[in-house]
Amino acid sequence: MYAQMVKSEATKEDPAMLAAFQARIDAGEKIEPKDWMPEGYRKTLIRQIGQHAHSEIVGQLPEGNWISRAPTLERKAILLAKVQDEAGHGLYLYCAAETLGVSRDELTEMLLDGRMKYSSIFNYPTLTWADMGAVGWLVDGAAIMNQVPLQRTSFGPYARAMVRICKEESFHQRQGFDIMMKMANGTPAQKRMAQDALNRFWYPSLMMFGPSDKDSVHSSQSMAWKIKMNTNDELRQKFVDLTAPQAEFLGLSIPDEKLEWNEDKGGYDFSEPDWNEFYDVIQGNGPCNTDRIEARKAAWNDNAWVRDGMLAHAEKKRIQKEAAQ
Amino acid sequence: MSHALFETLLRLGDNTLILGHRVGEWCGIAPVLEEDIALANMALDLIGQTQMWLALAAEIEGKGRSADDLAMLRDAWDFRNVLLVEQPNGDFGQTLMRQFLFDQFHLLQLQALTDSSDQRIAAIAAKAVKEVTYHLERSSDTVIALGDGTSESNSRMQTALNKLWPYAGEMFVTDPIDLESVEAGIIPDPSTLRDAYMDAAEKVFKLAHLAPPEGNFAHSGGKTGFRHSEHLGHLLTQMQWMQRAYPGAQW
Repeated sequence: MYAQMVKSEATKEDPAMLAAFQARIDAGEKIEPKDWMPEGYRKTLIRQIGQHAHSEIVGQLPEGNWISRAPTLERKAILLAKVQDEAGHGLYLYCAAETLGVSRDELTEMLLDGRMKYSSIFNYPTLTWADMGAVGWLVDGAAIMNQVPLQRTSFGPYARAMVRICKEESFHQRQGFDIMMKMANGTPAQKRMAQDALNRFWYPSLMMFGPSDKDSVHSSQSMAWKIKMNTNDELRQKFVDLTAPQAEFLGLSIPDEKLEWNEDKGGYDFSEPDWNEFYDVIQGNGPCNTDRIEARKAAWNDNAWVRDGMLAHAEKKRIQKEAAQ
Repeated sequence: MSHALFETLLRLGDNTLILGHRVGEWCGIAPVLEEDIALANMALDLIGQTQMWLALAAEIEGKGRSADDLAMLRDAWDFRNVLLVEQPNGDFGQTLMRQFLFDQFHLLQLQALTDSSDQRIAAIAAKAVKEVTYHLERSSDTVIALGDGTSESNSRMQTALNKLWPYAGEMFVTDPIDLESVEAGIIPDPSTLRDAYMDAAEKVFKLAHLAPPEGNFAHSGGKTGFRHSEHLGHLLTQMQWMQRAYPGAQW
């Protein structure tokens, strides 16, 4: 779940066409790129898919941070495979966004100049190896909560990208849990490291679902269009209900004194994250915002010569081929 | 023989380990998304090959060490990789030039190793040769594209070649350890791979409008472990940090 606070666009088209469009969505039909769609639907989707794609790309950085220090060859290989998957997810998603009429380069420019966002979670640092476990277990776990329903989203290319992505995300989540399990059953130092990672990643993971429903102003139109399938609070509750017993199984404590099973509602009661911190992070003041964007800018700008060289070579080959014909 | 075989396997496994580590350093910061994916894929192949070579090395050594022990708990002088693969990534051009110079050798070496008298080595080589065929295809295409591309990309690739070419020669030096394995039919004589390498490299350089620097000077000391570059120690401080900081822990 890498789309937070995606602003829904208002739409001013012909009410009859809008009603017909809504009827298709209500009937469970998929909207395909060549179909008519309201401008607001298109713009909202570009923003959401773009934000999701950027999150996959920026999300390579906190995990890439540990590839060079993975403790064993096996862990190094798994982490490489995982980060490679994330780049692949970014690629499918940029392709899905391209079907809506925006190029990957345009989306990249918007990320780099701050017009587009990525998930707040990737602005937190990965400080120890246990963070690789916590990211897989909690962050990918939270992502799955949102992405599984998005396999049924109304826009065909997005739904199909989600099917592939979900398969890989569940492997990521399991490998994260496996790292945590090894550490939770390991030496006292490992156990301490695992607990520390949980302490730091718990609330930022809860923030991934976006603000509380009462403060989430963009949800209703997106839900009617089946771009957003569940409310933020529904998903957050589901995540806590699934994760709390896993933490118990690991022998780790979720850093929330109010966390308690509530028989009446059939779910856990829990504390809200500090929403002021959330707004700080999405406004650019998280622990790693500056570093993440600087790293992406450097990758893009310092390597412009590579892209230019590749394009020039392709163009020369094209001209040669034409001349030969 | 078992000492020479152990050393031979370290040479194979350390090359892929150190290069795989270096390529993995590109994660998330490549020029385009397709390169992020391709570089991670290549690093993954190389680390996978390392697991097989070093596991066999550990088995041959018979002292109860594992592939991970060999990777994570040896110091620089016990590493047997060629100097080329421990050179820093530099810019993308240097990374891809290093990759091409190694891939071309690696493929020739693996092709010969598929006929090794040691079945275990032949089996690993047969698996790796498929991956490395693809690595070479990519790295040579990229060297050609960037050499041919713009004047800037050509000049960066020429700079990369000037810097890295003196590290190519070490791959073809045959020493007494090699000879012992060559005589047992386990490995090809590295010096016999040189002509095919030079022919193939020349073709790529021609298409890329690049020329190797004059002279035959070659740095050495990596595969014998006699004198690595300063870069290796820094690489090891990262790669081995966890195993050094938390001895004996399972991950």
